[in-house]
Amino acid sequence: MNISHHFDDATLMAYSAGTLPQGMALLVACHLHWCPHCRQRTEHTNAIGGVLLDNLAPSALSEDALNAVLSRLDEPGQEFAAAEPQGTRQQDDDLPAPLTGLLEQPLDQLPWRRIGYGVRQLDLELGGPGATRLLRISPGVSVPHHTHGGNELTLILRGSYNDELGRFCRGDVADLDGDVEHQPLVDTDEDCICLIATDAPLKFSGLMGRLVQPFIGL
Amino acid sequence: MQEYEAEGGDVNAAAVTPHTMTSEERRKQVRDEWSACLTRLAETHDKSEFARLFGYFAPRVKSYILRLGMPDATAEEVTQEAMLLVWRKAHLFNRTKASASTWIFTLARNQSIDRMRRDKMPMYELPEEEPDPDHRDMGEHSVIEDRMKAAIATLPENQAQVLHLSYYEGKSHSEIAEQLGIPLGSVKSRLRLAFSKLKAHWGEDA
Ligand SMILES: [Zn+2]
Repeated sequence: MNISHHFDDATLMAYSAGTLPQGMALLVACHLHWCPHCRQRTEHTNAIGGVLLDNLAPSALSEDALNAVLSRLDEPGQEFAAAEPQGTRQQDDDLPAPLTGLLEQPLDQLPWRRIGYGVRQLDLELGGPGATRLLRISPGVSVPHHTHGGNELTLILRGSYNDELGRFCRGDVADLDGDVEHQPLVDTDEDCICLIATDAPLKFSGLMGRLVQPFIGL
Repeated sequence: MQEYEAEGGDVNAAAVTPHTMTSEERRKQVRDEWSACLTRLAETHDKSEFARLFGYFAPRVKSYILRLGMPDATAEEVTQEAMLLVWRKAHLFNRTKASASTWIFTLARNQSIDRMRRDKMPMYELPEEEPDPDHRDMGEHSVIEDRMKAAIATLPENQAQVLHLSYYEGKSHSEIAEQLGIPLGSVKSRLRLAFSKLKAHWGEDA
């Protein structure tokens, strides 16, 4: 995979600090599954946490804390855990493992909802602040889109699109914040499927926005 | 900004620590020793190794969890759960990818996320480290982290502040922006500046 768009440093720092909403953390984990470059950057942002942990003044634990834990080491279920299986439900789509576990069907068989001309979506309903969705856009379709205030992450799972920020292919992420107006255009004859996670509701602008918004409840 | 003194000289109780060592070298030795201890735990399942790790890390993990805003009793409980995970997952520790401190930090962080989300949301953990065959070995993480420790102390106040609010207090960037009364973009640019300064200490170009 030839990945050319990566996360902002600040996003990986939030991931390491554990402060991203669930959907955004999921999306970061998906990209990391594919991207050695960002995995290495994440080792660094994690290491900031390790250094800060070392720097903390210790807090007293209850007197019997160590014994309480020691007595649990031999409990059933506390034996050394096997490495957690990743992506055991392999599907044809070759999706990143953190996402595979959440989807019950291959991409093409998911219960997509049409939300406008050439645009379908599936809400992953993860809860928490913001929204986490799969978006599926048909070839030649352009989606006028406007982020507003919050952060928005997009990971391309299949196909590609072009917008003011460049060309985004499978594995690439768009890491947007503030007020960004852009208009992704699907530029091959294949549907573009992406995972989008925000910490504020997703908003489309223009005609598409007026068509789409009643359906996605904004 | 509050300064924290590194502690943990106890780990060297049995080790020879010549007076000629600089404090940096001693810290590196302490750090290496904990990574070695965790590696031995994975190999031997020796409870006395676990008890040593517990003695150093559990009180720091509890401090971390308290700072995230959990009440004392919950922090105690989550600390014990996190330390149980250290026991259960020790064999997944890879010292070419992280120091013991960093690895335990990520376990404590995930355990805290779980606890905070338990009532409201389905369980979701940041994924485990995945096998990474094409990983370029970056050398001793303890060296890198020692340099970084020195670097963190030299950060300008406003950069150290956002780093602490994020990592220690678990505040999102938007929450930090609100708390400090600055735009979200400023929070991020301070974090980016801090990170690029820390990276300079890793001897790596951005
Ligand atoms: Zn990347």
